[in-house]
Amino acid sequence: MEKVLTKILDQHRKEKGSLIALLQRIQETFGHISEENVAWFSRMLDIPESRFFGVITFYPKFRTSPVGKNTITVCCGAACHIKGADKLLDTAREALGLSDDEDTTADLSFTLQKATCIGACNIAPVVILNKQVHAGMDPVKVTKLIKGYEREEFLGYL
Amino acid sequence: MSSQPIEIKVCLGTSGSAAGGEEVLRMFQHRISEQGIEAQIGRRCTPKKVGCRGFCSRDVLVDIIRDGNKTTYQSVTPIMVERIVQDHIVGGTAIAEWTVTDEYASFHEKQHKIVLGPCGEIDPESIDEYIAMQGYLAARKAMTRMTPDDVIDEVVRSGLRGRGGSGFLTGEKWKVCRREEQHPKYIICNVGEVNRPLAEGNPHAIIEGLLIGGYAICASKGYLYIRERYHRSVERLRIAIEQAREKGFIGPNVFGTGFDFEIEFSFGTEAFICGEETALMESIEGKRAMPRVRPPFPAVQGLWGKPTVINNAETFSNIPIIIGRGGEWFSSIGTKESKGTKVFTLSGKVRNNGLVEIPMGMSFRDIVYGIGGGIEGDKALKAIQVGGPSGGIIPTSMLDLGLDYENLAKVGSIVGSGGMVVFDEDDCIVSVTKFYMEFLQRESCGKCTPCRVGTRRMLELLTKITEGTGGDEDLRTLERLSGVMAATSLCGLGRSAPNPFLTSFSHFKDEYLAHIRDRKCPAGVCTALIIFSVNEEQCKGCGLCKRVCPAKAIAGEVKKIHLIDPDRCIKCGACFRACKFKAIKKQ
Repeated sequence: MEKVLTKILDQHRKEKGSLIALLQRIQETFGHISEENVAWFSRMLDIPESRFFGVITFYPKFRTSPVGKNTITVCCGAACHIKGADKLLDTAREALGLSDDEDTTADLSFTLQKATCIGACNIAPVVILNKQVHAGMDPVKVTKLIKGYEREEFLGYL
Repeated sequence: MSSQPIEIKVCLGTSGSAAGGEEVLRMFQHRISEQGIEAQIGRRCTPKKVGCRGFCSRDVLVDIIRDGNKTTYQSVTPIMVERIVQDHIVGGTAIAEWTVTDEYASFHEKQHKIVLGPCGEIDPESIDEYIAMQGYLAARKAMTRMTPDDVIDEVVRSGLRGRGGSGFLTGEKWKVCRREEQHPKYIICNVGEVNRPLAEGNPHAIIEGLLIGGYAICASKGYLYIRERYHRSVERLRIAIEQAREKGFIGPNVFGTGFDFEIEFSFGTEAFICGEETALMESIEGKRAMPRVRPPFPAVQGLWGKPTVINNAETFSNIPIIIGRGGEWFSSIGTKESKGTKVFTLSGKVRNNGLVEIPMGMSFRDIVYGIGGGIEGDKALKAIQVGGPSGGIIPTSMLDLGLDYENLAKVGSIVGSGGMVVFDEDDCIVSVTKFYMEFLQRESCGKCTPCRVGTRRMLELLTKITEGTGGDEDLRTLERLSGVMAATSLCGLGRSAPNPFLTSFSHFKDEYLAHIRDRKCPAGVCTALIIFSVNEEQCKGCGLCKRVCPAKAIAGEVKKIHLIDPDRCIKCGACFRACKFKAIKKQ
């Protein structure tokens, strides 16, 4: 663990990168930014923890709790909204068995996110599963998409 | 037999890929190599990927260019590839029933594609194709035959205005930065969500524009500010930068002129506020993206306290064209104060959803009915929202308004980044306004009080109205808050946040009053104000509504009239959509 952190730290010092770049790297490596990691970097870089948390809590993309193996993102931009993005979100929540204040399944297989606008308005409403954009979604397709994913590998719409 | 190669262009923009473009391309490559097509017909066949050409509602689009004739197929799936290869590529006969309809022509006819022109034609991952269409010639011309001041004069002459937010004259902005003595200087290209098709379809134009801009203001470094999540855009830009570096267009001593220029990515995060220039700089510096007090303006004191120019990717894409063809040519397009073209993502309830580029000054009618092909399902157009979440809502009575910076400002909207959402009779204006306010409230950075508190209070009041508990005094409060926010917010986000409310309230006052005084939502959207019931004359007792109801609120026996229990009904509308006899009433 310490080794991985040191590697990130060295790279950060070498590139003279910004705090955001550092946080992005931590999140890329661990999937989220834990309090312990913040404490460690704060000590090593002599930057107060409050500065870290100031940045972390400002940007919605930074997360402090573990992320699921797969990420499903529902676009909630204007074009998707009027074509029923809210219903897609509810459906996804239901299919994954998530309550209103949860975003990740207990077995860490899925994390559900909302996106503001991903710029694919002309094929709204869209759902992004990992890196793949799925166009013209409806509740039935969302359920199939989630069910079709058996934990790690997408086996097609079932 | 002609030996001219056959070209196969598969659309692989965000939407093309979503529709299965990758598989279609793979299938073409597979078929052609497996069956030895090239040997069979004695000429080369090159399937290649191209960027988005706009007509996304019929993706995957595939062009076959055979003997100089271009045929475009729509909604292509991997299964269709075999027949296209056999009949068209080998046999030479196009499959008429799969080709695009007249709509495709009318969609493109009225557009004026300058920056989008090469998108969908060239391979975005090949610098050679870009060079073949005179790419980087403008940059070479600027650096070897023009002084930085000449370049700026040419941009001023073109009348190009920023395609991102406020529409400031690009040339003037550059001039201020050019005059600054302090070095180094920086130039930043913001690649927003609407710029994705440009980054994916013709990334080299952005790089070339950034390069010319860097030369004009004497910057040594350019930043591409883009969200990491736009994987495809990032990838194509990355490839473009590498290729340009190999050719010596980026790096030390560009074109042998002694001008050094480097381009670096800065990965942004999902935050609307980063569209504001000073907030964006704070973000590049690794801080909370909160806008700075101006003056000093970024052109004087920007990134890392140095003179900085920020423009968005569409603005930069216009630069090589302006330098190449001249500012005068560019200024011949558009209206008196707004020159050139603007790219919009036409979306919502319009039939032909897609990416369009129109000359400034085109009327909304031409856009929605001409290019867009009218409203889906022939419903009635209700309003058009332009310029993103903080743009204004334009009613049908203004359909003939020409779209440019001045006219939009007059009706309380902005050109913004170029979102255009079309609403039909089924959309509730109050609910839509609340949706935008929800977004703006969430995205408010919290630095200044009018915006932080104002967006929150406006959202609460709009929520009250959609839930049927609003009063006339709430409307007065909303108006008062709007005035304060517009006048006293620190940045454009807070100042423009009241736009959706102000414009919708002035044009759709009746709808607001119906929510407040009659406790009714005329469009039947606000769930607190609608009731679902069965129209007994039309109910055939098929039982479909009962089966789809997730709340088990519908009772009834087969072939007998069904009934909805209003206490159990969660107003999801599943029965309304499912009923084939239109027997469910929504009031």
